[in-house]
Formats: sequence, structure tokens, C-alpha cells
Amino acid sequence: MRIPCPHCGTRDLREFTYQGAALAQPEGDWSPDWDSYLHLRDNPAGETRDRWYHNPCGTWVVVTRDTVSHAVTGGIAAREAGA
Amino acid sequence: MRVAGFGIHAGAAARFRFDGQSFEGREGEPLAAALLANDIRLVGRSFKYHRPRGILTAGSEEPNALVTTGDGAGATPNVRATVQEVWDGLEARSQNAWPSLRADVMAVNDLAWRFLGAGFYYKTFMWPRAFWERVYEPIIRRAAGLGGLSGAHNPDRYERAFAYCDLLVIGAGPAGLMAALTAGRSGARVILADEDARMGGRCLSERFEICAGPAHVWASGVLDELASLPNVTLMPRTTVTGVYDQGTYGALERVGLHRAADPRLPLECFWRIVAKRAVLCAGAIERPVAFKDNDRPGVMTASAVRGYLNRWGVAAGQSVTLFANNDDAHRTARDMVAAGIKVAGVIDSRDTAPDSRDYPVYRQGRVVGTRGRLGLTSISIAHAGGVRDIRTDCLAMSGGWNPSVHLTCHLGARPVWDPETQAFLPADGAVPGLAVAGAARGVFSTAGCLADGVAQAASALEALGLAAPKIDLPDTEDDPYRLAALWQVPGKGRAWLDFQNDVTVKDVVQAAAENFRSVEHMKRYTTQGMATDQGKNSNVAALAVLADATGRGIAETGTTTFRPPFSPVSIAALGAGAQGKGFAPQRFTTSHAASVERGAPMIEAGLWYRPSYFPRAGEATWREACDREVGMVRGAVGVCDVSTLGKIDIKGPDAGAFLDFVYANTFSKLKPGRVRYGLMLREDGHVMDDGTTACLGEGHYLMTTTTAAAGLVMRHLDYVAQVLRPEMDVQIASVTEHWAQFAVAGPKSRELLDSLLDAPVDPEAFPFMACGPVSVTGVSGRLFRISFSGEHAYEVAVPARYGAALWRLLVAQAEVLGGGAYGMEALNVLRIEKGLLTHAELHGRTTAFDMGLGGMLSKKKDFVGRAAAGRAGLLEDSRQQLVGLRPVEAGAPLPAGAHLFEKTAPAVRGNSHGYVTSTAHSPTLGTTLALGFLASGRARHGETIRLVDHMRGVETLCEVTGPVAFDPEGGRARG
Amino acid sequence: MVDLIALTPCAGLLPLTVGNLALAEVDAGPIHLIAPFRGGQAATDAALSKALGLEMPGPQATTRKGAARMLSVGPGQALLLGAAPPALDQAAVTDQSDGWAVVSVTGPDAREVLMRLVPVDLHPGAFAVGATARTMVGHMTASVTRTDEEAFEIIVFRSMARTLVHELSEAATGVAARG
Repeated sequence: MRIPCPHCGTRDLREFTYQGAALAQPEGDWSPDWDSYLHLRDNPAGETRDRWYHNPCGTWVVVTRDTVSHAVTGGIAAREAGA
Repeated sequence: MRVAGFGIHAGAAARFRFDGQSFEGREGEPLAAALLANDIRLVGRSFKYHRPRGILTAGSEEPNALVTTGDGAGATPNVRATVQEVWDGLEARSQNAWPSLRADVMAVNDLAWRFLGAGFYYKTFMWPRAFWERVYEPIIRRAAGLGGLSGAHNPDRYERAFAYCDLLVIGAGPAGLMAALTAGRSGARVILADEDARMGGRCLSERFEICAGPAHVWASGVLDELASLPNVTLMPRTTVTGVYDQGTYGALERVGLHRAADPRLPLECFWRIVAKRAVLCAGAIERPVAFKDNDRPGVMTASAVRGYLNRWGVAAGQSVTLFANNDDAHRTARDMVAAGIKVAGVIDSRDTAPDSRDYPVYRQGRVVGTRGRLGLTSISIAHAGGVRDIRTDCLAMSGGWNPSVHLTCHLGARPVWDPETQAFLPADGAVPGLAVAGAARGVFSTAGCLADGVAQAASALEALGLAAPKIDLPDTEDDPYRLAALWQVPGKGRAWLDFQNDVTVKDVVQAAAENFRSVEHMKRYTTQGMATDQGKNSNVAALAVLADATGRGIAETGTTTFRPPFSPVSIAALGAGAQGKGFAPQRFTTSHAASVERGAPMIEAGLWYRPSYFPRAGEATWREACDREVGMVRGAVGVCDVSTLGKIDIKGPDAGAFLDFVYANTFSKLKPGRVRYGLMLREDGHVMDDGTTACLGEGHYLMTTTTAAAGLVMRHLDYVAQVLRPEMDVQIASVTEHWAQFAVAGPKSRELLDSLLDAPVDPEAFPFMACGPVSVTGVSGRLFRISFSGEHAYEVAVPARYGAALWRLLVAQAEVLGGGAYGMEALNVLRIEKGLLTHAELHGRTTAFDMGLGGMLSKKKDFVGRAAAGRAGLLEDSRQQLVGLRPVEAGAPLPAGAHLFEKTAPAVRGNSHGYVTSTAHSPTLGTTLALGFLASGRARHGETIRLVDHMRGVETLCEVTGPVAFDPEGGRARG
Repeated sequence: MVDLIALTPCAGLLPLTVGNLALAEVDAGPIHLIAPFRGGQAATDAALSKALGLEMPGPQATTRKGAARMLSVGPGQALLLGAAPPALDQAAVTDQSDGWAVVSVTGPDAREVLMRLVPVDLHPGAFAVGATARTMVGHMTASVTRTDEEAFEIIVFRSMARTLVHELSEAATGVAARG
């Protein structure tokens, strides 16, 4: 698997650490939103967005990929991706 | 038998040994050819029935002729004799036979074949249940397996490598050569990989002409041109074994297997090839026909028989017969005649078979039986004109060709049945970026393959934005394939489908009868298509039989799934570079050499190596050294290398606010020159890490992490800065490696430092938790007054280039003052005496509340983990809380991992109230001590509980205490 | 008063020759990580340009002027080697002079050897002289820079110098043995 790093270009999977779905962190005190954010995950057949850390350059990347076709269609810096 | 004047290789004579006997072969020819040249037909025994088996094919699909090469720890089992090249000194042994290949005891299985059919094991070893693990499994395991491993560490060198290209051409037959030539001339970066030692594919094994000359001469010409192009890389002996996402291909190169052992040379190299486009030109594999006793040595595929003759000058027999259902196979008979070898008969299942003046052709013919215990002697046939026996020592058979579609299926696509060629063809778009050309997609004539290679390469080039050059197609044969389906010859007895796993037509029919009708179920019930060859010869025939038995068509029956690898890959090659020191980087501190000189055993801490203790003369055990080192720190001064702790430099206008968000407690109000202990939570509210952070100046902080979590914390800080708080203006940089940092701890620590610093430490200006710049014998460094021992202590840091020198100086000065170096064991005892935490306690399931540090969670600001840490369930008094433990009987063992129970409660899981995380013998207090987590622990100080370690057989009564056993007021560190 | 003796990261490990490959430690001089704060890129470039005659490189690139050179190591981050940085009030400047082992890998087989360790395309068409990559060498995070047609420079954590030399010499041994 190859993943696009917005700074370094497309790189082999071995350079990345997977974190999980690219979700927006809720605000405020504990709430059902926090529970969903921490514990509940969709398992989509199709397009999904998740966060990967490019270890060598320290960039968090939001990767868009397809869980069915395995196509990787995008990778943008999490800093620019918004929530 | 060698045939003079035939063969296109001119290898030097080479001696090799097979089962201890010495033979002459030719360097570079496959072991199989060399064995046939020496009239060795019996090469191995089959897996299940131990049937005598010979060489079936001339390619990597070989199911039968598996041998073990090499000896001892370097021995390699299941080497295909059709792939292994002969070199002077090659040593090979047959497998699966005892005491010898010719008289194998386990061949009794073959006599019991009526009872050992499909499902035998499942049905037989059911009762009694108690026998499963103790009786059946050990026996079956002993009998199972192909070949054997030495059990010793593999001393051979393997290699891995990465390669990149615009176009990867897989297979260098007629189609592959043309594809590579087309792309090569366009200027694209091309890799041409082929599993054979010499490229050319069928051009090397057939007698057809290309450009009015021998095909192999044409192939050599193309290869010469390709070799001259700087943008083309030729990779012979390289099998592309797997297709992975985004154009990544796995490939195994045989580097040192074909020459005399050289310890510096890798045996194999596993390549990861990243290709923008690829063309699969893997050709096709000839399939056998299932008829009674078709597995005797001497029964081979037709293409293999003529391949050994045309390419290697070796006749597989002296009186050859052919059994076929297609025109292509008749080449074998013609080539044999051309070499002056007797063709005793051609048995063709069709009534349209081409006639010949050179040999009898039996139309509507079929082979109904064979004879010859260890090698074929004759066959029985039935044909339009009757039945007869024919004396023959080599039967060439062909049921047609199966395109090598395997790689097109590696990402999940299924091949498509084509009734015209009676074969599965690759599905369109099976792998993004991969096109298929030539026989691999059912184009069987040479002219068709050449044209298809050009066409598929041209489309790939177009997709790459490159112009395809105009290529003139050379003249060559364009014969029609002409085939009539023939999978099996019905009749009594055993007709073999899968030679490697001893699966017969009867087994597949039985599977269907027992309702294992899905092809995937049939495969698992019969073991059809498993093991090293993965059924490359037999799968299609087996599912044709299944289709017949279930009354469905072949298309409807479908295939099993082809998964990587295409052919076997050594685990050693996949893991190349990761043995021994290659497994993980080793990180060494600047004091490493000095510690080793002192005889300190080094222990791993993450990737780092740290000294366990520093033994002195007269100390018999590590405990004596450790106790002394603890005593030095408590009584005088100790020195310890703490450079491995993570050090992260944080700067920026928002650095303070950033730390406030990262840590549970507040840092923005920390004054320059001061240090604070901080607790970092995960988003789920549990503790991630702890450490001290110093304020070095306005908007400038230095964070310390634990050794274990340094990388994790760096990633987390990047996460907070880039994902959770991207609006903050802050820059983060690791400086762990820039600084050598040493703890100087003990009542005489200041005295020691004053002897080295250019200006003495002013205790008024430098109180506990102060930090600041210092000059160490003229070198600019940093000084922190922090303590992980509970003593008056400092950490002094200098640029790493001076680390080794400063360490030696510190240790020497400490020894003058009655102290010395201390290692990890003493460090651990010191911190347990003080109830200080490590990742034994911060193990990922504990909270600040559990640690008794709930008060550190700021109520005035937001921070990572705040919301989750506030969940009611994480704040219940009944949670397991950090406590100290002290044995009622001083010195009794308190092993880490032991569980805690009420004094009289049975020591069973349901009654556990907690567990021990850290333990030490405290020379300071003259007893063992432990830290652990106990339900409602903070309210139970003074209670006597029972500690039980079932694994070590320990049971100790102990008193629950606060975590801090020594100097609970902390006066020693502050004073 | 004694003087503290300085040791380089690869002291006692290099130089080394394996086949036609030469491994040598590079004395890179001072090394600082330069990372402009928000909006500080232009001012940082201007200050660097004025003092040293170079600017921060773009992604995967290097800049050079005399002994001073910079190589990109991350978004908005570059290492300055060979010269002390000028005062940069709009950038985080972090001294990492002693944090890195810098090793040159030189010889006709340099790329062949690095292909065994580095999962990045180092073909001159894709990785020309002056190109740099933050990537891995074996299991180590590293910066790999092409300094010449047949020369690369590898930068890893100082503590991993011994592993770097081990990995490079092992890979070079295998390549050399192919003949």
C-alpha cells in the first residue's frame, strides 16, 4: 500500500502509523458525542477518511481511500484538512 | 539420456550429488534435466501415499520433483528440481522416503488407499475425544509435512530491496520480450523480470522460427538490445510472486542458489517493486490428463518432454508416447522424431488428430492404464481401432494449456471461463494498472503473442503519457491451437489430479457426493491445490471433474482463490535484514563504552541499551551491587546516565498554552528557570506519560518524557499541534540526541558538581525544581535540580560530543566522594522506595485518580483527556488505587504480577482486589517493598492483605501503606 | 581543571570501505533546526539570505551556499548545516549539532546499496543531485540526500550510528559479492 504525504510525496506504508477515522473532537464535558468519538466507529464499505502519521517528516495526513477497491484517492495535511 | 546436437546451452561439466551418489551434469541446467540426462526418473515420494514420483514438468509449477539441497542448518527443503540449477558441488537429497527412495517403508499407505481417501482424517480421528491432542495430533504431525527443517538458526544471508519503474514486464517470453522492447525504445523506465535464469520463455524450448531463424537466436538479439538500453533493467531468476495495492509487486530473486556457497552472497533477494504500470506476460502452464496410474515416473507434460530435448539436449525416454487432446502437443512427437528418438505412438482423444508418417496416431484414443513400479514401462490404450499395450518409458501428456492468470487474482478478481480455449482467462481490469498479454490471456500462437506484447505495452505507454515507437512484428508461426476438452479418462483405479497432495478423481467425486460441492469446500476436504505448487497443474482439471460430478458447468463451478505468493517464498527472504542486529536499531548512549568497560550488563530499554548495575570486585550477585549502589545514592552520591529520556524542545508564542492543553496540569504560569512535574493524558482520560518540563525562557520549554514513550509523545504532540489545536503557533523539536544528560544524586551531589562546574551551585539561587545554564569545565550545558531518587539531586546536560568524557569525569569524582555509578536496578529500587512512577504503573489502564494524582487535573482549563477523565466510573472510590506494600515478615517476596486478596478469601480470580506492579528489595529499609493497585486502596492503609502469585508459588501477608515508603515528607530532595 | 574531550558520533566506526563503496563520517559543523513561526517564513528567508546567502529549501530539496547548506526535513522545517544561524526572531531555532550522525556513502554501487535499505526511488531521474528525502534506512528514520552522481549523505540519530554503519556495510557486502 502506498500513501501520499503532502510533504514527501507518495510513500510506502511502512513509513506511516495508522491512527483511525478522521473525526472532529467534540467540545466540552463528557457527553454521548465523546463516547461516539472515542468508542464508536463506522465500518464503511467504500470511501473512508482516516489519519495517518508520516513518521519520517512528522506530518499528520488525512487519507481518503476506498475500503472495497483499496484505491487511495487523496492525502492532505491534517493541519489543512479541518476537522 | 543426452542427445548429441540438441540443446542450446553450452554449460561446463559439473559434478553434483543426488542421494549421496555423484553424477555429471552441465552447469546452469536444471537439476531435473541433469537427472534425466543420467536416466534418473525416480526423484521423490508423494506426500500421502508415498507413491514413487518423477519429474512432471519443466517449470516452477513442478509438484513432484522436490528435493532438499544443502546440509545441516543451511539445508533448504522443497526445492523444485525443475528450478534448481546445477553447479559444481551441488548436493541434493530426495524427500519423504525412508530408509531409501527405492524402498520406502511408508509406501504401505499406498496399499491402504481404499481407506485413506478424501475426508479420511476427519472421519477417523474423531473418537475418543481425549485422543485428539495426546495421540492423534502427535502421530499425524510426525507423518505430515513436506521435507524438513534443521531446527537450527539459518546461517545464510538473504536480502531485500526496493525498485521502481514506469513499466514492469512480468515474464520474458515472446510477449514479454516485445512488451519490454516497445517500452524500452520509448525511453520509459522498464523492469523485465523472468523466473528463468535465461530469458526467452518458450523461445528456448521450441523449434519454431522467428525472423527465419531459431526463436532462441531472435530472443538473444532482443535481449542484447534491451541490455544496452540504460532505461531497462533485466531481472532474470526473478519471480514476481505477488500483486499488492497501488502498483506494488513482490518479487523473489535467486541470487546465490545457483553457485557455490559464498557467505557474503545473499541466497535470495526479496524485491518490492513499485510500478506505475505493468504487463503480465506469464505465459501458460500445460495441464495433465487424469487417467489410471498417470503418476508414474516417466509420465510428464508434453511441453516438458520437448523442452528438455530442445533446450537442454536431454531425452526423457528412449521410446516416447504422447497422449493429447490438441494439435500443439504434437510438436513433442515431431521434435522427438527430429532427434532420432523413437515415438511409439500418439494417442489423441479427437478423431481429427493430424496424421504422421513417422509414428502411429491412435485417434479417439485414451490411455487406460500404465505399468512400471518405480518407472513407466508400458501403457494400455483404447482407441477407435481397439485396445492395445505399448512399451514406452516416457509418456508425454497434454490436456491443453492454462493461462497463468494467478497474479491477476491477487487483489480479489476472479478469472473468467472461456469455452473456446477451455481455460480461465483474466478478468478485465482485474488489477488497476496491470494489463495482460500473450498466452496469459489465451493468445497461444507465437505471432499472436508478439503482436499482443507490442499492443499491451503501447497502451501502457499511452497511459503513462509516452509515445509508443513503431515496432515491426517479426515473422513467425501462427498455428491454430485446436483442442477438444479432455479432463479425465473414466475407469476403475486411481486417476491422479493433484500429484503433490495425492488427490484423485475419485476423491473429488466423493467430496461432491458428501456435499462438499463448492469448489472452496472441495479443495479443503480433499487438499486439492494445496502445498508448494498450489495446484498449478491440477486445479482446473479438478474443478472440471467437480463440475461434472455436480452436474454444473465449469463457469458456474468457478475457481478457488489464487493468493500470493505465486510460487514459494522463503520466510528468510521475506524477513531479510531483520535477523540478529537487523531486527531493530540499537541505540547507544555516550557512556556505553565506559559502562561496558566496567563490566556492567547492558539491558534493553526500548531500543536503548542501559547498564543494569556496575559490579565491583568481591560482589557475587547483582543484588550486592545494587544494594551498594542504592546505599551510595542515599549516603554519598551516585551518577546515572539519563540521556535516554525523551527531551522535546517547544517554542513559540503559544508554547505555554500548548503545554496547558497537552498536560493535565498548568504550565503557562511556570517561570523561566523553573521545572514542573507534568501528567499527560490520552483522549480517553487515562495517563499517557509523565515527566518534568522546564521553562528555559519566555515561550521556550523543554519537555522530558519517559524513555519508553519518547516516540509516542512526539507523535502525540504533533497530533495536538496539527489536528486538535492547529491554530496554535508552536514549533516542536526533539533534542534527545543532542544532549548527554546525567543524574547526580545524593547528599554529596552538590559537592561533586561544584568540583566540575566553572561556578559553584548557589543553593539559594538554585532550589529544588530549578533549572538554568551552567558551564562544565568550559562547556556550555544545562543544570536541572530534579530528583527521581528522593535525594538532593541534579541532572546535568552537555552536548553529546562531550558525554563520554563527562561521564568518566563524574564517575571518577563520585568515587572520590565515596559514591559511583549506578544502574537501572538501583534506579528502580530508589524510585520504588519513593513511590515514584514508571510505565509499570502508567501501563495504559490507569488514571490520575488511580495514582492519587487526581488533584493535578486542572479545573481552570481544557486539556487532552479532560472530558473522559471526568467520567463518574473513573472516579469511583472502589477503583483499584496505587498503594505501597510491605511484607509482615520483613524481606518476604512480593513478586510483580502477584494478585492481592483479603486475608482469608480463597485466591481465585473473582476474589482478586488488585495486583503488584513493581517490586524491590530496599536496602535502605531492610525489607522488600512493592507498589501495586488495590481496590479502594487509599482507604485501606494499615490493613493486612494476602499476596498470591500462583505462577511462582508465592504467598505473602503484607501491610497496605502509602506509595512513599522512604522520606514521605520529601525533605531530603528539597533540602 | 580538565578539558572534556569531544567525540564524533561515528568515532571508531568509520571510515570503512566495502567493495567499491566508501563510508565516511561527515563533519557537518553546526546543525540547527530552523522552523519559522506563523507568518515568519519571509522574514526568516530574508535573514538567512542576508547572513548566509541561502534560503530555506522547499519540500524534498536542499539549498547551498559555500559551506552553509540547508535540507528540508518536514513541512516548514529545515536543517541548517555548516554555519551558525543568524538571529532569527520569527523562527524556532534549535541546536541539534550533536544529535545527528552524518555519513557519506560514495561509490559506483552507492545507489544499489541504498536500494537495499531505503524505500524511496533513488534513480537519478527521480532523485537528482540536491534532492533529499525524509525516509527510512532499514528500520531507522533518516534523511537521505544525493550529494553527487555517486554520492549520498545519510543522517540518523546519533545513538544509531553503530546500527547505520552495520546496516550499510551488510548491504554493501551483499551487493559487492554479486560481482
